[in-house]
Amino acid sequence: MDVFIAIVQILDSTIRLSVPLLLACLAGLFSERSGIFDIGLEGKMLVGAFAGAAAASVFHSAFIGLGMAILISVAFAMVHGFASITHRGNQIVSGVAINFIAAGSTIILGQAWFQQGGRTPALQPGERFDAIVWPGAEAVRDVPIIGPIYAELISGHSLLVYLAFLMVPFTWWVLFRTRFGLRLRAVGENPAAVDTAGISVAWLRYRALICTGILTGVAGAYLSMVQNGGFVKDMTAGKGYIALAALIFAKWKPVNAMFACLLFGFLDAAAIRLQGSPLPIIGKVPVQFMQALPYILTVILLAGFIGKAIPPRAGGVPYVKER
Amino acid sequence: MAQAAIELIGINKSFGAVRANRDINLEIARGTIHGIVGENGAGKSTLMSILYGFYQADSGEIHVGGKPASIKTPNDAIALGIGMVHQHFMLVDNFSVLENIILGAESDALLKSSIAKARSELDRLEREYGLEVDPDAIIEELPVGLQQRVEILKALYRGAEILILDEPTGVLTPAEADHLFRILKQLKEQGKTVVLITHKLREIMAITDNVSVMRQGTMVATRETSKTTVGELAELMVGRRVLLRVEKGEAEAGAVKLAVKNLTVKDSRGVTMVDDISFDLRAGEIVGIAGVAGNGQSELLEAISGIRHAVSGSVMLDGKPIDLTGAADPGELRDRGLAHVPEDRHHVGLVLAFEENENSILGYHDDPRYLKGPFLNVDAIMADAKDKIEKYDIRPGNPRLKTANFSGGNQQKIVLAREMEQDPGVLIVGQPTRGVDVGAIEFIHKRLIAMRDQGKAVLVVSVELDEIRSLSDRILVMFAGRIVGERGPEATEGELGLLMAGVERQEAAL
Repeated sequence: MDVFIAIVQILDSTIRLSVPLLLACLAGLFSERSGIFDIGLEGKMLVGAFAGAAAASVFHSAFIGLGMAILISVAFAMVHGFASITHRGNQIVSGVAINFIAAGSTIILGQAWFQQGGRTPALQPGERFDAIVWPGAEAVRDVPIIGPIYAELISGHSLLVYLAFLMVPFTWWVLFRTRFGLRLRAVGENPAAVDTAGISVAWLRYRALICTGILTGVAGAYLSMVQNGGFVKDMTAGKGYIALAALIFAKWKPVNAMFACLLFGFLDAAAIRLQGSPLPIIGKVPVQFMQALPYILTVILLAGFIGKAIPPRAGGVPYVKER
Repeated sequence: MAQAAIELIGINKSFGAVRANRDINLEIARGTIHGIVGENGAGKSTLMSILYGFYQADSGEIHVGGKPASIKTPNDAIALGIGMVHQHFMLVDNFSVLENIILGAESDALLKSSIAKARSELDRLEREYGLEVDPDAIIEELPVGLQQRVEILKALYRGAEILILDEPTGVLTPAEADHLFRILKQLKEQGKTVVLITHKLREIMAITDNVSVMRQGTMVATRETSKTTVGELAELMVGRRVLLRVEKGEAEAGAVKLAVKNLTVKDSRGVTMVDDISFDLRAGEIVGIAGVAGNGQSELLEAISGIRHAVSGSVMLDGKPIDLTGAADPGELRDRGLAHVPEDRHHVGLVLAFEENENSILGYHDDPRYLKGPFLNVDAIMADAKDKIEKYDIRPGNPRLKTANFSGGNQQKIVLAREMEQDPGVLIVGQPTRGVDVGAIEFIHKRLIAMRDQGKAVLVVSVELDEIRSLSDRILVMFAGRIVGERGPEATEGELGLLMAGVERQEAAL
């Protein structure tokens, strides 16, 4: 039974750890499906995390915090759009620039406003998104098997966790069942086809980036307002890049993206759980190795274990009307 | 003349310093097929793009159905019943036919109703015009002819009354082209107006009612097709008399330069594309290889020029074998006097992002003529490029211009100039005049014959039967990877056509 409890706990933290990856991955999916590479997911998450924690702390409201996170993140997405859609700049350069601006500006503004070494003040209850306990969760906790699964895995997460997982079917529905989704996928494959059909390529791509901005904003808010009780500098710690890897791994498909992010989340959870405890046969594994495992796995998977991942064909190429 | 479907009055359009359209007037009668011919860069596509709202004219008026129209975006054009089939299809390759049809013409924010509507509408169009296509097929899995049909359906689905087709047969096989023409005639019978842009005069003569000729951005003439001739149109297009069939004397075939023996080549999927082919190419003759595209000609060319692996057989150049592993050193073959003008100049023959002068020596850049110590001799290269530009009439005559900015015909001339001016003993040419203008075709043919007369061995592969017949001293016909017949230059088109279709299948008497 101890093993069972341990597994449930690992799965529980898998869910918690995969949420920011999942949100960022879906954010990247909107942008890349429209033909805009977005290496700036990391930066947008970071500014979202900062804006969310700062606003929640100042206005004493988690929802104002979430709103600010989304607003600022979308604003950064629009900067990316302005550079890479309107001015047809290099999308990678623009994304990297956004990451640098995010890393620097959050620390400077954090220090200037709160004088806590770049942190935001610790969030009080009501300023964070608290866990939602589902009806009957406590009552069934002692029921074998089902009890812990219901109480630990399904119940007891914050609003944003449920939101993140609901975004998976929603994103699928938007992409494959709506006019906007059809056009979005088309513009990432052949923008000229969209242009000659009388649809504005630029406006369509801006709208895709707005979706990206909203989702990275939520991802950032989750980091600073759910997982942590405030903003800490560089708290995204490469999650934006892992999300990009998951996106390729998932071949730009929403449901696959969820499984890819859960896998990365699981590796993360297992690494934390197994720190310091000896494994059968292998013996004690260095902490550093466990922490590096998700990244090693990424390299191996991307190096060819996933088959051919064909990116959207117009990805990374600014659209210019041909003569 | 019946009522005008479209009237263009005084259209002007410039791109920077280039005046693509000057003061164009054009009237297209309702319910007719109207051809627009002109050389590459004459401004045909620009004019049609203005009509479709893809570009804005700098000045001028457009009347559609007798009323002045303002066409600022493709949406305006579609609303006025103008549809366009672009030269490079505007399809999303990994979408289904249905998804491509409804893109931009969805009836609702959700797709369900649009798809249902499109399905029934496609069914109707299919019955009315004989335009069959599987609505759930994925575009990239369809042959080119069907992809084009999807483009036509796309326009009809949007209620097009006027259909513009830009160089529609460039990518089609002869059979597909014939089918397209039947469809266009049917559209005309249903009262639609068709505008056909092309530089192939035979097509104009075959199906249009009226034809307008453009030259260097101006509209030089409009004729009733039945009252004009190919010769007159060619002359109007080029601005001078053009020889449609180049005069040439008897071939004086000499020693065997290239001997192909039992050559077999498979493609990447393992399908046999060249099946046990043998032939000789002698000095002082042009051998033409005819055949419908996809019957192994491309693979044969690539194997001979050392860039594709051959499974078995041998190729001897001047009595010495060529490396057939697919890893032959192209430089070595060049040194041995084998020059190759590839079929696909964009991917194999040129680096489009390079300047013209760089492409004009590409592959020969190690030649001491172009070097100054370890460095390129820029002055010599420029002088050489200018010389070739003059000799081959490459336009615009600016060796510093990026190669991508030259028209297709001029790009072809750059490749030909580079390979021919090296004075090779054997010249292998794939599709010498694909996408090339009438005037330039005459020039290229003359050069090829001049090379032959200097005693060079020339192998020409072309899907244009006219070209094969007018150039070749001997014609080999390929079908399904085999040479199914050899004929002299006097062979009739019908005879060759039957061979190409595999009807009169017989072993090559070689």
